[in-house]
Amino acid sequence: MAQVDLVVRGALWQGREVDLLVAKGKILECLPYDESREFSSKRQLEGFGLRLFPSFIDAHVHLREPGFEYKENVASGLKAAAHSGFGAVLAMANTQPVNDSATVTELMLDRAKQHWPKGPRVHPVGALTKGLQGKELAPLMELAEAGCAAFSNDGLPVASTELFRRGMEYASDLGRLVIDHCEDPSLAVEGVMNESELSGHMGLVGVPTVSESIQVARDILLAGYLNKPIHLAHIGSRESVELIAWAKEKGIPVTAETCPHYLLLTEDAVKEYDANAKMNPPLRREDDVEAVRQGLRTGVLDILVTDHAPHARHEKETCFADAPNGITGLDTAVALTWSLVEQGVLDESRFIEAWCFGPGKIFNLPVNSFQPGDPADFFLFDEEEAWEVSASTLHSKGKNSPWLGKMLHGRVRAHCIAGKTVV
Amino acid sequence: MERDTRFIWQHKDLLDVDQLSRKETLHILDSATYFKEINTRAVKKVPTLKGRSVVLFFAEPSTRTKTSFDIAAKRLSADTFALAKTGSSLQKGESLKDTALTLQAMNPDAIVIRHNRSGAAKFLSERLSCAIINAGDGRHAHPTQALLDCFTLREHWKEFRGRTLCILGDIAHSRVARSNVKLLCSLGVKIRLCAPSTLLPPGVENWPVKVYHDLSQAVRGVDAVMCLRLQLERQQAGLLPDLREYASRYCLCSEHLDKAKPGVKILHPGPMNRGVEIASSLADHDDSLILDQVAAGVAVRMAVLFLFLTRSKEA
Repeated sequence: MAQVDLVVRGALWQGREVDLLVAKGKILECLPYDESREFSSKRQLEGFGLRLFPSFIDAHVHLREPGFEYKENVASGLKAAAHSGFGAVLAMANTQPVNDSATVTELMLDRAKQHWPKGPRVHPVGALTKGLQGKELAPLMELAEAGCAAFSNDGLPVASTELFRRGMEYASDLGRLVIDHCEDPSLAVEGVMNESELSGHMGLVGVPTVSESIQVARDILLAGYLNKPIHLAHIGSRESVELIAWAKEKGIPVTAETCPHYLLLTEDAVKEYDANAKMNPPLRREDDVEAVRQGLRTGVLDILVTDHAPHARHEKETCFADAPNGITGLDTAVALTWSLVEQGVLDESRFIEAWCFGPGKIFNLPVNSFQPGDPADFFLFDEEEAWEVSASTLHSKGKNSPWLGKMLHGRVRAHCIAGKTVV
Repeated sequence: MERDTRFIWQHKDLLDVDQLSRKETLHILDSATYFKEINTRAVKKVPTLKGRSVVLFFAEPSTRTKTSFDIAAKRLSADTFALAKTGSSLQKGESLKDTALTLQAMNPDAIVIRHNRSGAAKFLSERLSCAIINAGDGRHAHPTQALLDCFTLREHWKEFRGRTLCILGDIAHSRVARSNVKLLCSLGVKIRLCAPSTLLPPGVENWPVKVYHDLSQAVRGVDAVMCLRLQLERQQAGLLPDLREYASRYCLCSEHLDKAKPGVKILHPGPMNRGVEIASSLADHDDSLILDQVAAGVAVRMAVLFLFLTRSKEA
């Protein structure tokens, strides 16, 4: 028998207890658990009563470095990722300076290597346009060569359909996907929450659902016309889900993501002007939540992401309209979405696909399916462990969670990347 | 009228009218009736709130509301301290939280706040122990305006039930409209809203009101019309073509009054754009209550300050 570096005993994978054997950073074998089996491995992890998952990929995070290190930096963001079962994250480009040059991309990669040499890995997402200004394409080849896994103008969507089209075409030559934050900027002007009866009562400017779905329709039609792929970010409204379902039926190369909060919260979360529930796109209504859940179940929405958007406490502690958009998401993501599995909203295999195999396939990243030779990226998850969301339990610098003070179930007990323990 | 001195005031803050029970609303109005009398005396001052201090924190321009609160507090012998956005640390970029904590440290009994952000008064109320009186937050609420409008109408109506009020103009951006709809509906007044769709809030179809886009129809048989100020920037925002067209459709004129009930009352929270939302002749009309509203404002704010500043903390 080959040299075994690490053994995980008795953890639950796909409904059965297994013994996982790791050698040289790769999966050697994943065998049904056998009490009598003996190992000579130096390292052994007890997995009894715990679930075994392949490391997840979060294809949409904001790590804030360079420029906004007081909110988060690569080190603290990766700490949250590591402790939450994420072996890789795709980091958006709205840093300061914007990630529209190899210099910034390399800085992000260097920081990751310096602070988390064993992983989690960062895959920067390059800006689609220079300075995210929506006027000229960023040097996409330079960015791809420096290590960008995709391109996006996330947060500052490209208003010009012509420029966006050219971006899709140019990016596809490089084998990179464009991720679009779908929002018609003119329809979302000054909006701070979902446009609805509630926004009318609260006296807050609303963002209508059509500001998202109109852009979703634009992107779908472009992707169909050009026959170039497009990935749609953080989908949260019924119309968008229906449009994507239509596109997929037509065979248009579109993929899409949603976030835990669009599956679990409605606009009611902002009723008390709680800026920790303010994000863009905003939380919608019950009917949208139902459509998003259905979309995720059926694969119309391919993957889950956090849209991890840490902010400093003082930035959120202001009038609702003045607070920045976004919630911290890495730390709470797995526990929140696992609750959907427990409630029967999502089955376990879709859960794993949406967090791991799906993003791996879409962004062409290696994943572990526990087959011999796969990267030994996995974590042990204690679904029973109850914990309170609080400033001290969140590893991210960002404490801006709408779940602050709430009890969640499920925490990561151990996390290995390429066979090496990171947590 | 005798004041019910046994009434136990429960609330720390006045954020909007929907926190008030019908009984509490009527208690404020009754108290205001009592305080109104003081305003007609030669010596318009009583020692009720002597030694109490009220901060007037107006982060948005205001003349009448600020003056009204100031006079109300002074007639009750409270000391007032004004803080405006210009010339204050807010202009230097101090956060609302820090400004609030600074004010709190000076230990006032109440902070009257006017702010251009919806939810600003609530934001302060969650952080400060003194009474927070909302003098208008963004588009959200303006409770003392609604109370004074109620007070003004009650002086003419005696009974709210069976009455119909038409609110005319820019409802979407109006905190006055929002608070008035809540308060008057709860008192049994039938409300009509009249505006182009571009100036109505989302979800208005679910409000307990009737919506009109035609002014002649909206005023038919009403007991009162409340005109709202049209902000001139609505044109730039693309919500209406121009003031001329707006005025031709939505300016309240004498011909409209013929369709309403005889003796129909006219209200306007001010400041007015004569010839835009209200014909100049109507502003000065015998049935115009616009100046009564201003007078009622002082009495109602005296009642509010009195109740919130003499609240038993144990209650």
